Amino acid sequence: MSENTLTIDGKPVHFKDGDTIMEAAIRAGIYIPHLCHDPELKPQGNCKMCEVKVNGRNCSACTFPAAEGQKVLNNIKELNENRRIIVQMLFVEGNHLCPGCEKSGNCKLQAIAYSVGMMEYRFPLIYPKREMDTSHPDILLDRNRCIFCEMCVRAGREVDGKEVFAISGRGIGNHLIVNSPSGLLKDSLLEVTDKAANVCPVGAIIIKRHGFEVPIGQRIYDKKQIAEVSVATEKVLEEKVHG
Amino acid sequence: MTWSESKQEKVLAIVSKHEIRQTRLLQILREVQDEFHCVPKNALEIVAAELGLARTKVEGVVQFYSLLSLEQQGRFHILFSDSITDQFQGSRELMDYLSAKLGVKPGQTRSDGKVSLGFTSCTGLCDQGPAGLVNGHWLSRLNESRIDRIVDLVEREVPVSSWPLEFFHVEDNIQSPGLLLQSPIDQGEALKQLVREGFEEIFMEINRSGLRGRGGAGFETAWKWRFCAEGPEDYSGSSLVDKNERFVVCNADEGEPGTFKDRILLNSYAHQVFEGMTVCAGIVGAKQGFLYLRGEYLRLRPQLEAILANRRAKNFLGKSILGRNGFDFDIEIHMGAGAYVCGEESALIESLEGKRGVPRVRPPYPIDRGYLDQPTVVNNVETFAAVAAIAAYGGAWFATQGTDKSKGSKIISISGDCERPGIYEYDFGISIAEILMDCGAENTLAVQVGGPSGGIISGKEYHRKLAFEDLGTGGSFMIFNKKRDVLEIVRNFTHFFAHESCGFCTPCRVGTTLLKNEVDKICDGHATSLDLVGLSSLAKFIKTASHCGLGQSAANPVLGSLSHFPQAYKDRFKDVVFEPGFDLDESLETARRMSARDDPWAHLEQ
Repeated sequence: MSENTLTIDGKPVHFKDGDTIMEAAIRAGIYIPHLCHDPELKPQGNCKMCEVKVNGRNCSACTFPAAEGQKVLNNIKELNENRRIIVQMLFVEGNHLCPGCEKSGNCKLQAIAYSVGMMEYRFPLIYPKREMDTSHPDILLDRNRCIFCEMCVRAGREVDGKEVFAISGRGIGNHLIVNSPSGLLKDSLLEVTDKAANVCPVGAIIIKRHGFEVPIGQRIYDKKQIAEVSVATEKVLEEKVHG
Repeated sequence: MTWSESKQEKVLAIVSKHEIRQTRLLQILREVQDEFHCVPKNALEIVAAELGLARTKVEGVVQFYSLLSLEQQGRFHILFSDSITDQFQGSRELMDYLSAKLGVKPGQTRSDGKVSLGFTSCTGLCDQGPAGLVNGHWLSRLNESRIDRIVDLVEREVPVSSWPLEFFHVEDNIQSPGLLLQSPIDQGEALKQLVREGFEEIFMEINRSGLRGRGGAGFETAWKWRFCAEGPEDYSGSSLVDKNERFVVCNADEGEPGTFKDRILLNSYAHQVFEGMTVCAGIVGAKQGFLYLRGEYLRLRPQLEAILANRRAKNFLGKSILGRNGFDFDIEIHMGAGAYVCGEESALIESLEGKRGVPRVRPPYPIDRGYLDQPTVVNNVETFAAVAAIAAYGGAWFATQGTDKSKGSKIISISGDCERPGIYEYDFGISIAEILMDCGAENTLAVQVGGPSGGIISGKEYHRKLAFEDLGTGGSFMIFNKKRDVLEIVRNFTHFFAHESCGFCTPCRVGTTLLKNEVDKICDGHATSLDLVGLSSLAKFIKTASHCGLGQSAANPVLGSLSHFPQAYKDRFKDVVFEPGFDLDESLETARRMSARDDPWAHLEQ
């Protein structure tokens, strides 16, 4: 009979058969930074924020299976430095203008940027040309802010049971496309109550006319660090989904 | 827009020819592209509806592969290889020449719809370049007079099938055969041995041979097969062996620039490759195999289909192979469509399933969950050729050659600055200096071993040896002489990776483009010494943080050249106190156009 215990930064963590390291960590209330993980969605491992060291080897915590006796390093200088670079890359890749973005204060990218101590872009901005889709009466799609976490893609397929979003293109030319005859959101099956419409960690998919109900300064990450918010909300969700 | 019924029927016919199977999506789209010189929106919708896929999934596939296009291309679509060896043979100048003659720029389609031009990654003809593709078919040894004739054929709209055969002529160009190429097996020899000696005995021979995968990673072939045959296990450790179907895949997506050995193996040793796959199928218990042939090798397909038909007729494929009950196996050819990343085995499997070639999360590995989530062996073309020879001649025949850790021989593709480019086969352990001597390389500045994803080595390392424990290689061996500029090589390779990154993970998607922009900045003379610090840390980050082998090796050209040729970078720095990161004068260009000015006052000096 296996003990099903690993350690994260020296702290013993129990895991269940079939757990990833991320799932075990969330259940134990340990925060591993992430942008493309949600307990309700199949892990994909694209953002690479959750890279941890497992017995000395770099692995994505959200996809790597937990195993007996693993020594996982998470909150260490080297990994946090890498996380800062990833956030900086995401900032220069898109057109992220926090002061003018209604997601500011509720945005996970912005919150993580603060938490990893990002003080500058570090890399030259790429300034991509990206299209906006304002056609839907209730939902706005601003591709300028998309970080390709594919949460909306997966939420549609796995939770809402509809095919709405997909990634097209290749490499730096990747872009989000919408499943409708016109390619516009208004002709898709997306509804305002869908998980796909609400799961975006940044301001790429936002619900119209609610942007400023909570004033800037009083929003989620204005009050609390993302680590604290993440642990509190995702632990509940994780236990609901995987028991 | 209404679409004519005849066009609709053409699309429907293509879909039904492929038995309306989702796994054939990429194959279907290739044929649609051939028919219409693009994938028209109407066709895309028909394909999606027939296969029961969302249109976005189909569009995502079209936009992933560079040989497919949503935009209309010319009835003659001409691509030039942009491999560094083609560039050094003058491909860019030839493209300028062709482009001027035809009146259309690379990346564009002429307004009459007759012709479109572009660049593509290496076409696998580096030993007989400058090379390219016309409507998917190889064009070798391009020069101005050949281009004059091509322009004439295009303007007169002579179908490609009626073009002079010499344009498409590709030689094997075997300069120095070794262990494998010198002793090809007789057809069926390995299979007869397999049936006579038994699967377990032949497996032992392969184990004894010490054969390691020839694609580059060097995993022990026998172990890979054993894991596939035995795995996977469930959480309690009990085997799921009886619940699974198994597959054998031959990775012929030979996309590493400078590699063309599989071209020769598939052109002249295809029987042996298919026989190796069949031996593998017998041992791991697979019924179905695939040859994943890179899109650029289209020309080889008809002869490969004929060989497969011939093998079926001889009962080397099909039911109860050579009379052995239950030994059933067949091979299907799947074509790629221009995506280097599909050489990565899990991306290749995604592509085989008709999807975007995005590398999977590992574990699980293909030996546990590969094609359609079933245990799958993926091996290189050369590995299967070696397997057949080992089955026929025995493990000892192979293991006595090479080094302790790298048994047998390696086929390498030599291109670049030497007298005799082509195919050379050596026992492992040969030194770089000996290879350079054999192919007639002089005044060598550097050798790129293993292609852009491998490493660059300079003069003081020519004593090093080809072997997994020293210099490993999938087979690319590019030689550069002292007239070449290292930074141009680095620039070419870095552009290549940015072009080929699948875009799945952040470090590679963004990192390869940042790296490309930074190398451009250095090459264009806008960099300072501070840029080198940033370049090096960016490169190291991409190497450690990326999802798959492409990203993990994308920074190798930068890292290798920084350590071997630091002076090449410093030579590009301008000797000024402050150097802007961009061209000041160039930035005014738009304003000049808008104000219709070009006087001296409308220019800025750097």
